[in-house]
Amino acid sequence: MTGVSAILNGIFEPGLFTSEPVRVAVVVGGVVSLVSAVVGVFTVIRGQSFAGHSLGDLGTTGGSGAFLVGANPLWGFVAFALVGAGAMELFEARRPRQRDMATGIVLGAGLGIAALFLYLGTTRSNTTGATITILFGSMFVIRASMIPVFVLLSLSALAVVALLYRPLLLSAVSPDIAHARGVPVRTVGILYLLALAVAVSLSCVTIGAVLSTAVLIGPAAAALRLTKRPGLAITWAALIAVAVTWLGILLAYDSYYWPPARRGWPVSFFVVALVFVVYLLADLASRRKARRQSAHAVARREDRVGLPGDSDRTGPAGLGAR
Amino acid sequence: MFAGFMVHAWVVATMVAVVAGVVGFFTVLRGSAFVAHAVPQAGFAGAAGASLIGISTFAGLGTFAVVSALAIGMLGKRGRHDAVTALALVFMLGLGALFLSWSEEYASAIYALLFGEVLGVSTNQVLATAVLGVVCISAVVILYRPLLLSSVMPEAAEARGVRSHRMEMYFLVVVALVTTMSVPVVGALLMFSLMVGAPGAARSFTDKPLGALGLSVGISVAIVWIAIAASYETDWPVGFFVGVLGAVFFVTGRGWAAWRRSGAGRVERARQPATGPMRFTTATGMNTEPT
Amino acid sequence: MTSPDRFDARPEVLRLEGVSLWLSGREILHDVGFSLRAGELTGLIGSNGAGKTTIFRVILGLETPSSGRVLFAGHPRPHRNRLIGYVPQSIGLDPDVPLRARDLVALGIDGDRFGIPLPSRGRRRLVDDMLEAVDAQAFADTRVGKLSGGELQRSLIAHALISQPRLLLLDEPLASLDIRSEQEVVGLLARIAREQQIAVLISAHEMNPLLPVMDRVVYVASGRAASGSTEEVVREDVLSALYGHHVDVLHLQDRILVVAGKDEGHHLELEREQHALPPRGLG
Repeated sequence: MTGVSAILNGIFEPGLFTSEPVRVAVVVGGVVSLVSAVVGVFTVIRGQSFAGHSLGDLGTTGGSGAFLVGANPLWGFVAFALVGAGAMELFEARRPRQRDMATGIVLGAGLGIAALFLYLGTTRSNTTGATITILFGSMFVIRASMIPVFVLLSLSALAVVALLYRPLLLSAVSPDIAHARGVPVRTVGILYLLALAVAVSLSCVTIGAVLSTAVLIGPAAAALRLTKRPGLAITWAALIAVAVTWLGILLAYDSYYWPPARRGWPVSFFVVALVFVVYLLADLASRRKARRQSAHAVARREDRVGLPGDSDRTGPAGLGAR
Repeated sequence: MFAGFMVHAWVVATMVAVVAGVVGFFTVLRGSAFVAHAVPQAGFAGAAGASLIGISTFAGLGTFAVVSALAIGMLGKRGRHDAVTALALVFMLGLGALFLSWSEEYASAIYALLFGEVLGVSTNQVLATAVLGVVCISAVVILYRPLLLSSVMPEAAEARGVRSHRMEMYFLVVVALVTTMSVPVVGALLMFSLMVGAPGAARSFTDKPLGALGLSVGISVAIVWIAIAASYETDWPVGFFVGVLGAVFFVTGRGWAAWRRSGAGRVERARQPATGPMRFTTATGMNTEPT
Repeated sequence: MTSPDRFDARPEVLRLEGVSLWLSGREILHDVGFSLRAGELTGLIGSNGAGKTTIFRVILGLETPSSGRVLFAGHPRPHRNRLIGYVPQSIGLDPDVPLRARDLVALGIDGDRFGIPLPSRGRRRLVDDMLEAVDAQAFADTRVGKLSGGELQRSLIAHALISQPRLLLLDEPLASLDIRSEQEVVGLLARIAREQQIAVLISAHEMNPLLPVMDRVVYVASGRAASGSTEEVVREDVLSALYGHHVDVLHLQDRILVVAGKDEGHHLELEREQHALPPRGLG
C-alpha cells in the first residue's frame, strides 16, 4: 500500500492526495463493497435490483439536499434512502409488477427533487461539479473521522441481514410457505428494505450511485450463476466484490499516463467493466455446466434454493389443500 | 409564455408526452419500469461518447440505447431480468464516466442530458422528434394485440404462435427509440417519470385497456404542460415539476380507486349472499413448473 | 398401453406416439402415447411433478420431444396453431391491470394479429355470446385481477374457446376452486365437449371430481403414462407397473383412492396420500 501511495505522491500534486486518503479509499471501498455484495445476494434472489438501484438514486437526492443546506452529506444520503424505502413499502406492493411500479413512482419523484436541489445548488453557489461528484461519487471525499460512523452503519445493515437470513430466503422462495410457517413476511420485507437502504446509501456516498449499484448487483448476480447455495453465493459475492473494487482502484492509479487525456481513467469505469466481465464469465460457466449435465444423463435432484425465474422453478407443492 | 422561443418547447414536449403515454402503458403493464429507467441513462452515456469524438449526439444516444436494450433482452433470457438490467445500466454509466473523463467541458452538458433542456430546442430537433415519435407510435399500434396478449398470459400467447421473447425484444427496441427521441429534449430522468407516472395513474381510473392507454396520454400531456408553465413562472427546473406531478397523479389515482372500492364494496357486500360462492384460493397460485 | 375402446367411431384429434423428452440431463417423459378424440373429455391425472405440465408443453409445441411424434388430426403439429385452445392454471394478474374479463375473451379471437382491434358489432356479439356460453355475463366488465378463482377459470375457458379450437387443454383448472365452482366448471367442460364436438384434456392431481364426466383417463406417474377408460387404467396391476412399486386402488362408494401398497413403508405413504386427497363428494 505504501508503494501505491508513493506512486500517487509522484502523480498528484503533493497535498491534494497524501497517502491518508488512499488508505481510506482502500479500506472504505473494501468495507462498502463487502457489505453491498452480501446484501446484494438477497436483493438478487428477491428480485429487488430496481429498488436497490433506486434507493441509491434517492440517497443521491438526499446528498444534494444536504449539500444545499450545508449538512453532512452522509446523513442526507441515509435519511432520503430510508424515507424512499418507506414510501415504496407504503404502496402495498406485494407482487413483482406492482413493486416495480411503486419503485418507479418513488424514484421518479426523487429524481425530480434531485433536479431541483441541483438547480438551486448551481444557481446559489455556482459549483456545477457537484452533479458529477454526486452521480459518480468519489472515494476520496470521506474523511477519516467519519470511518467509525460508517463502519457502525455498515455493521447494523449486516446484522439485520444475518438476523433475517432464513426468513428472508424462505419468503423469497415462496411467500405463501413462509406465511404458512408463521414468518411475518411483510415485516421481514420492510426490515430488509431498510437494511438495503442503509447499505446502498453508504456505498453511494463513498463510491457514487453508479458503482453502488454495480457492487450491489454484479457480484451477487455472478455468484448466483455459479452456485445455487445461498451461503456459498454470499462468500463468492463478497470475494468478487472486494477483488473487483481493489483491482479497480489500482487500475485507476495506473491509468494516469494512459491516452487520451493523460489524467487518469475513472475508478467507476474499471470496477464496472470488471464486474461486467466477471458476470459474463459466470454466465458462460453456468451454461457450460448445464450443457455438461444434459450430456451426462444423470437424474439427480439438485440442492437448490429454487429462485423464482430460474429455469428449474418449483411451485410450493403440497400446500394446495391446506 | 407563448413567445417565439417557447413555441418549439411546447410542441416538442407535447409530442414527447404523447409517446411517453403510449409506450408507458406497456412499460407499466409488463413491469418494465427498470428498463425504462436504464435505457435512457445508457443513451446518455452514448451521447457523452458521441460528443467526445465529435459526431452527432443523436447517433451516439440511439446506438447506445438500442445496444443496451438488446443486451438486456438477450442476457435477460437466462439470468434474472432485473439484475441483468442493473448490470447493463451500470456498465453503460461506467462507459459514460470514462468518456466524460476524457472530454474537456462536461458539467452543464451532463445536467442537460439528465434533466433536459426544453427551452433550447431547434427546428431540426423538432423534426427529428416528430419522425421518431411517429415511428414509435406506429410500432405500438402494430404490436398492440400480440404485445398485450404476451404481457397478460405469456404461455398461452406462445401456444398461439406469439413468440414472447421476440415481443420482448421488439418492445425493448421501441423503448430505445423513445429514449433517442426524448432524451435530448426532456432528459433521461424526466422521460422516465412520464413513462411510469402517467400510465400508473391512468390505470386507477378505467378498467378498459384502450381507455387506460388514452387516459395515460392525456395525463402525460397534462403533466408536461403544467410543468412547463410552472417552470416558466418559477424558473425551477421542468424535471422537478414532472417528477413530483407524476407521483401526485399516481397517488390521486390510488386514492380514487380506494374511494371507489369502498363505495362499490358496500354494493358488492349487499349482493354477496345471493351469488357469492366462497373463495378458496390456494398457495399454488403461479405454479408453472415444467415438471 | 392403448386398448380398443368404445369411441373409435369418433374422429381422432390428437395422437402422441412414443414421446420421450430429456431436459437438462433428466428424462422427464418416457414413451408416452395416447390419443384424444372429438367430443371426448379426457383426464390427465398424476401428482405434482409427474409430468403433466410437460405433456401439455409438448402438445402446445413449447417443447420438442427427444423422440416420438405428436400428430394433430393425423399430421405433424404446425407451429402456429389456432386449433388448440389452452387454459393456463393461473395468469397471476395484478388487480390494478386495466383489463376486463371481456377484453381477455376478445384477445382470444385475434390476440396474435397485429394492429389495434377496430370496434365492430360482430366482434362484440361474438364476445357476448361466448361470455353467455360460459355463464360469465355477470362479471364481464370486472377487472381480470379481481375475479374469483371460478370466474377467472370461466373467463379463460371463454378466451380459449372463442377461436373455435378442436382441442381444448386445461392445466389444473380445479386447483384453485372451491367445491361448488369445481362442479360448475366440470359440468361446463363436459357440456362443451359434447355440444361442440371438441376434444377436451384436463390435467388434475385428483381424479374424483372428474369421475362422473371423464370418458377416458391418461394416468401419469414418474414420466410414464397409461391410458384408456377408468376401469382399464385405474387398477392395481396397471398403476403398480406405472409407479414401479405396489399400489392399492380403493373404491369408497363412488370415489377412488390410490395409495401406496403394504410392502414398503406404507404408513407414511398412506398418510401422505390421504392428505393429498381431501374428502370430497360429501355434498
